[in-house]
Amino acid sequence: MKLDHVDRHLLDVVQTDFPICTEPYKVISEIIGISEQEVLNRLERLMQQDVIRRLGGVFDSRKLGYKGTLCAIKVPPERMDEVAQVVNSYIGITHNYLRDHEYNMWFTILAQSPAKVEQILNEIKEQTGIDDIINLPSQRFFKVLVNFKVRKTEE
Amino acid sequence: MTLTDLDKKIVMELQAGLPLVSRPFMELAQRLGISEAELMDRVQAIKESGFMRRIGAALRHHRVGFKANAMIVWNIPEEIIIKVGEKMAELPEVTHCYQRVSLPQWPYNFYTMVHGHSQEECQQIAARLSEIAGVTNYRLLYSVAELKKSSMKYFMD
Repeated sequence: MKLDHVDRHLLDVVQTDFPICTEPYKVISEIIGISEQEVLNRLERLMQQDVIRRLGGVFDSRKLGYKGTLCAIKVPPERMDEVAQVVNSYIGITHNYLRDHEYNMWFTILAQSPAKVEQILNEIKEQTGIDDIINLPSQRFFKVLVNFKVRKTEE
Repeated sequence: MTLTDLDKKIVMELQAGLPLVSRPFMELAQRLGISEAELMDRVQAIKESGFMRRIGAALRHHRVGFKANAMIVWNIPEEIIIKVGEKMAELPEVTHCYQRVSLPQWPYNFYTMVHGHSQEECQQIAARLSEIAGVTNYRLLYSVAELKKSSMKYFMD
């Protein structure tokens, strides 16, 4: 992905300092020193290129009353696609990664209660016939940060 | 503050995404049938009460050069876990940091997510964290494939 220094500056600003005001893109354009139209054009392109996955509200799931957990399931290699389809079908399962371990499929669940988490896990067990799932609810939260500094220091 | 039905609708609009137009909140306000000024007030209140951390862009991190990500799982004695957790959370390379339930078949109670430009970089970060924490009982699980990465759709599940 070819990103120029203006893209990189823009990405850093929209990740961390997005202004909440009636004309936010104009404020951003003044920070970066380009026109508002160019900010809009560049953001549109960065979304089309899938560099930006989403531009919107970032919420505190705990504060909204959601419980979070991390789960792992042992999936036979030949059943990977089929099991992923079942797991990925849930709105509350937002992340799913294959990892290099016997427990090879790792996914997160957000749900409004531990009972709801259990229900989702039971449905997955039922639909896949795989019983070996570990459920690792979070007990203490230290950090979540999803900003990536993309601007090089010399820019 | 508890969220009203209107607030929940605002959360649903904001999580779907901010329109790329000069007055994005005006467009959302029209959809919600309220004034731009009222929407701005509610958005500020939702943010100030801590329900929303910020408005911002979520990136595909591999597209901006962070090609490797590792989950490092640790077995840390309960009596030092808060101290160690706070220290590890300070490092910018650590993006997620949680204490979790451990199980007999999975004896790890502490999790850090790190992103690096390569697996070697992830290993170096892990070694640094191990030194900071004074804990050597850890292992790295690299992601082999991303099967799903999406943003949560609250109140729609």
